[in-house]
Amino acid sequence: MSILIVAEHDNASLKAATLNTVTAASEIGGDIHILVAGSDCQAAADAAASVAGVSKVLVADNAAYGHQLAENLAPLVAEVAGDYSHVLAPATTSGKNLMPRVAALLDVDQVSDIIAVVSADTFKRPIYAGNVIATVKNEEAIKVITVRGAAFDASAAEGGSAEQTNVGAAHDAGISSFVGEEVAKSDRPELTAAKVVVSGGRGMQNGDNFALLEAIADKVGGAVGASRAAVDAGFVPNDMQVGQTGKIVAPELYVAVGISGAIQHLAGMKDSKVIVAINKDEDAPIFQVADYGLVADLFEALPELSEQL
Amino acid sequence: MKVLVTVKRVVDYNVKVRAKSDGTGPELGNVKMSINPFCEIAVEEAVRLKEAGVATEVVIVSVGDKSCQEQIRSALALGADRGIHVEAEGSLQPLAIAKLLEAVVDREEPELIIMGKQSIDGDNNQTGQMLAALTGRPQGTFASKLDIADGKAQVIREIDGGLQTVSLALPAIVTTDLRLNEPRYASLPNIMKAKRKPLDTLTASELGVDTVSKVTLVSAEPPATRQAGIKVASVSELVEKLKNEAKVI
Ligand SMILES: Cc1cc2nc3c(=O)[nH]c(=O)nc-3n(C[C@H](O)[C@H](O)[C@H](O)COP(=O)(O)OP(=O)(O)OC[C@H]3O[C@@H](n4cnc5c(N)ncnc54)[C@H](O)[C@@H]3O)c2cc1C
Repeated sequence: MSILIVAEHDNASLKAATLNTVTAASEIGGDIHILVAGSDCQAAADAAASVAGVSKVLVADNAAYGHQLAENLAPLVAEVAGDYSHVLAPATTSGKNLMPRVAALLDVDQVSDIIAVVSADTFKRPIYAGNVIATVKNEEAIKVITVRGAAFDASAAEGGSAEQTNVGAAHDAGISSFVGEEVAKSDRPELTAAKVVVSGGRGMQNGDNFALLEAIADKVGGAVGASRAAVDAGFVPNDMQVGQTGKIVAPELYVAVGISGAIQHLAGMKDSKVIVAINKDEDAPIFQVADYGLVADLFEALPELSEQL
Repeated sequence: MKVLVTVKRVVDYNVKVRAKSDGTGPELGNVKMSINPFCEIAVEEAVRLKEAGVATEVVIVSVGDKSCQEQIRSALALGADRGIHVEAEGSLQPLAIAKLLEAVVDREEPELIIMGKQSIDGDNNQTGQMLAALTGRPQGTFASKLDIADGKAQVIREIDGGLQTVSLALPAIVTTDLRLNEPRYASLPNIMKAKRKPLDTLTASELGVDTVSKVTLVSAEPPATRQAGIKVASVSELVEKLKNEAKVI
C-alpha cells in the first residue's frame, strides 16, 4: 500500500492540517508520499520533505497551480493518483474543494471528513452534524479521503528527509481564474490548531465587544472563534465560524460565551477536552455539554475573568 | 440564461437525529423533512437572478424517492419555473447522484447550475464538485456572493483564511454557503400556483446511470457522550477549577 497526501500549503510553508493528515495516513499504514503542487513552492516542498514518516515528496511547480484552483489541480492529482491505494487531503476548505473533483475524475466515491481509521478500507465519520458516527467501508481501488484535522494529532514537522521528484505535466484548464483574496491576518494561533479557543455568540451584541474575548485569548495564548449568529450579524468575519458548516475545533479548552449551543455549533466543538460555558440563561443547551458552566452576564464575567487569569 | 438548481430532501435542521439502537443507521422514522438549507439558498439565488432579468428560466431537479416531489414543489413555490424528479430509491452516494445530474445537465444544457455546498444529512460536501468534474465545468464552491456578467460568473468564496474571489467561464457550477442570501418564505398564492407548474419524472435506467456504490455503511453509533459537568458559582471558582482540576490553564 502507498498513500498520497495532497499538501495544504501557501507555497512558502506547509499548513498545519497537512501534519494531522500524515498521522491519519500512518494509521492506515504504508509508504507515505506528499504532493506539493503550487507556484514557486520549493520552500513548501522542502518543509514537506522534512515531515517525519514521509518517504517521498512529489513537486509540481507551475503557475497554473499557484492559487490551488481545483480545475487545474484535480487533473494533476488524478494523473498521479494511479500509483496509490489511498489519496488523502485535509478536510479544510481547499481539500473539500479539490478532492471530490479528483474522485469524480477517477470515477470513485469519496469518504469525507474521517475521524478514525478502523482499517485500511474502513473509517469512521460524523453524519447529521455529528449526532451519528457512521462506520463506512470503502472498496474502491483508489480510496479518496478527506481527514478531519481535529481528530488526529499532528505528526512531527521535523525529522524526515524524503527524496523529492518533479511530477506531472502542467494542467491549465483555462476555465477559471483567481481574482483576489481577503485573508485575515492575526497574531493569534490558528483556530483549528489553538490549545485554547474563546468563542462569542450573538450575546456579544457587536464586534467591538469581541475585544473582551481577545483579551482573554491573549492571556492564555488562545484563538478567538464565533457562532454563526455572530458572523451573520456582522460582528466578526466568516473565517471565525465554528460549527457543522464552519471550522471543527477540539482544543484543550473551549470557552463558549453568549452562545446558546445549537446542534450546528456543538458539531464544531463538542470534542474539545474541557468546555466552559458562560451564559445568562441557565437553561441554554450549551450547559449540557459544558464541564464548567457559569450562569452570568458576560459583560460582568469577562472583565473579571480576564483580570484573574 | 437557463439556471438549474438541485434540491435535496433531508431531515429538518431543527431535528436532532439519533443512531438506531441496533446500530444499522440513523433513526429516520416520523421525523420532519425539509429542503436542505443550502439548497434552499441555491433556489433563492436563482430566483433572484430571474427577478434581476439575468436568468430566463429556473429548473429544479431532485434525486430521490417519490416523496422528494414535495421539496420540488416547495422550490417551485419560491419562484422556480418547473421541476424534474429523478426517481431513485435508497440513499445514494454523491458520485451516483452527480452522474444522474450529469445526465440531466446533458439534456437541459443550463448555463449555470447552483447547488448547496453540502447536505446536512450526510455532510459530504462532494456532489457539486463531482458534477463539475463530470461535466468539465468550473466550480465556485462555498459562495457568499455571485455576480454574472460578460459570460462569466464572479464568485466570492468562503475559505478557511477569509474570502477568495474567482472568475469562472460559463457554463459553471456554484455551490452556496449560508451567507449568500436569506431565502424568502413562500406565499400562499405561490404555493397554490406551484401545484400547477410542470414536474417531469425520470428514472436512473432511463438516464443510463449505474447507481451502485463501493462505499457502504457498516454501522452507525451515537457519538461519545460527555460526562455531566457542574455549574460554578463565580468567576473565581471557575478559574480555580480550570487551574487545579482540569489543569488546562
Ligand atoms: C444549515 C445550517 C448550518 C449551520 N451551521 C452553523 C455553524 O457551523 N456554526 C454555528 O455556530 N451555527 C450554525 N448554524 C446556526 C445555528 O442553528 C444557530 O442559529 C447559531 O449557532 C446560534 O448562534 P448563537 O448561539 O450565537 O445565538 P443564539 O442562539 O441567539 O444565542 C445567544 C445566547 O447568548 C446568550 N446571551 C445573550 N446576552 C447575554 C449576556 N449579556 N450574557 C450572557 N449570555 C448572554 C443568550 O442567553 C443565548 O443563549 C447553522 C444553521 C443552519 C440552518
